[in-house]
Amino acid sequence: MSIDRATVAKIAHLARIKVPEAEQDHLAGELSKILAFVEQLSEVDTEGVAPMSSAVATTLRWRPDQVDDGGTREAILVNAPDRAEGFFGVPKVIE
Amino acid sequence: MTYIQGETGDWEMVIGLEVHAQVTSKAKLFSGAATAFGAEPNSHVSFVDAAFPGMLPVINGVCVEQAVRTGLGLKAQINPVSVFDRKNYFYADLPAGYQISQYLQPIVGKGEIVLDLPDGSSRTVGITRLHLEMDAGKSMHDQHPSKTYVDLNRSGVALMEIVSEPDMRTAEEAGAYVRKLRTILRYLGTCDGNMEEGSLRCDCNVSVRRPGQPFGTRCEIKNVNSVRFVQQAIEYEARRQIEVIEEGGTIRQETRLWDTAKGVTRSMRSKEEAHDYRYFPDPDLLPLVLDPDWIESIRTTLPELPDDKKQRFITDYKLSLYDAGVLVAEQARADFFEAVAKGRDAKLASNWVNGDFFGALNKAGKDIQDSPVSAEALGGLIDLISDNTISGRIAKEVFEEMFATGQPAAGIVEAKGLRQVTDTGAIETAIAAVMAKNADKVAEYRSGKDKLFGFFVGQVMKQTGGKANPALVNEILRAKLAAG
Repeated sequence: MSIDRATVAKIAHLARIKVPEAEQDHLAGELSKILAFVEQLSEVDTEGVAPMSSAVATTLRWRPDQVDDGGTREAILVNAPDRAEGFFGVPKVIE
Repeated sequence: MTYIQGETGDWEMVIGLEVHAQVTSKAKLFSGAATAFGAEPNSHVSFVDAAFPGMLPVINGVCVEQAVRTGLGLKAQINPVSVFDRKNYFYADLPAGYQISQYLQPIVGKGEIVLDLPDGSSRTVGITRLHLEMDAGKSMHDQHPSKTYVDLNRSGVALMEIVSEPDMRTAEEAGAYVRKLRTILRYLGTCDGNMEEGSLRCDCNVSVRRPGQPFGTRCEIKNVNSVRFVQQAIEYEARRQIEVIEEGGTIRQETRLWDTAKGVTRSMRSKEEAHDYRYFPDPDLLPLVLDPDWIESIRTTLPELPDDKKQRFITDYKLSLYDAGVLVAEQARADFFEAVAKGRDAKLASNWVNGDFFGALNKAGKDIQDSPVSAEALGGLIDLISDNTISGRIAKEVFEEMFATGQPAAGIVEAKGLRQVTDTGAIETAIAAVMAKNADKVAEYRSGKDKLFGFFVGQVMKQTGGKANPALVNEILRAKLAAG
């Protein structure tokens, strides 16, 4: 599978990353190479092998339904570039 | 079948609904912050909910249990292994840039809901799936001229997204679906179903087609927050699509918004490109594996569900389908009825509970819990009717007094002297007085104007202050009038 220029532009837009047109060809080549490298895995016969979700034999840990966090508004907002009346402030989103 | 008449012939709606139901739990799906509604902004937020770097999600076991319980209540298949995925999009109230959701392997698979339609018939609608996901925060666009304010209190609260098959054909069916789903969720205790607070939100997928033809292109109306709006939005959207097609246009698959004020749906162009969510399994969460014994142990704790309860009310209490349906729509109402009906005439109990009792509660804007008349007190009133102490008509008067003062029926009847007159002598005296006073009307009656009978009954009741036993009055009056 290879990635073309248009796909690079689309992924960049979805990820909100600015990629100048001059770099798109170069990136398409790089990404295609990465995909080709990973594609080697498809040569392995995985017939009847369950997908592996973790490298360690462990199960998902559950927490009890207990309120033991929150109430730290200052710590939540302290790094916000903009805030007002306890809210985060962001540029107006027009719907 | 209910079709819509267009300019060029009949059309049929095809409707599927996606309901987002907020899971009833104390803490959030992946953090220990509280879920309580209405707190100060950003006060119920953990570092996980605000997506601070390095924070890891840990799943709340009760949220999992609630999803399984809901699945069992919808007679659905519970998947022993399900997987959490990241749904990627950018929005100011989604701090991580992705929502943790379930995509290819949801926790609950196919199930069903039986709709109770207004004409008494029922219809089964398929459930495609139910999955667990986290809610986003809340954006407020109208607080400041150039800024949007974001509150993350809701961020991370557990939601169940419940997806129906495209099985509904009218807006009324869609309304009945939302009401029934809400009833089931409330019986199960897995979602409070409060649409005003946003605990239950509905996305409506609507398309139209010629009867018998394949499905048309659908549009999705996002975030409709009342049963009435669900019906109005679907009705509007179907007519809009028919108009477009009949004028030679085509329907573009898109996301639309219900404008409550204008009563129209309109396109949400900004969301168009966001549809490429690039789902992938969340590397922070292992698959959710459920022990079959644990699932069965939850099954044993399910309450009697509305459909079963309704059937039992019809069989055991000999109630009509309609009466039983009204009673079971809310668990508290059904429980109240059963307490009143215990050892009494069930039909009379049902009439009083569904009639005067709920009429008075609605008028006073009260819930059953705050009712000034308890089930025992209402039962006491019904006992007085059953043993002929008071007539049904007087009982209504006594009930109003009970509702206003909280006094028991027997006390009011004694204090106001409302005991029914069953003494035939007293009734005969009253009848004689009425007949003497209205000799002309007696003559008219006897010459064939038998419609006047009602007039005489009314006069006798008036004469006895409404306390005469109506059956005895009828009987004696008929005999006396005929005797001439």
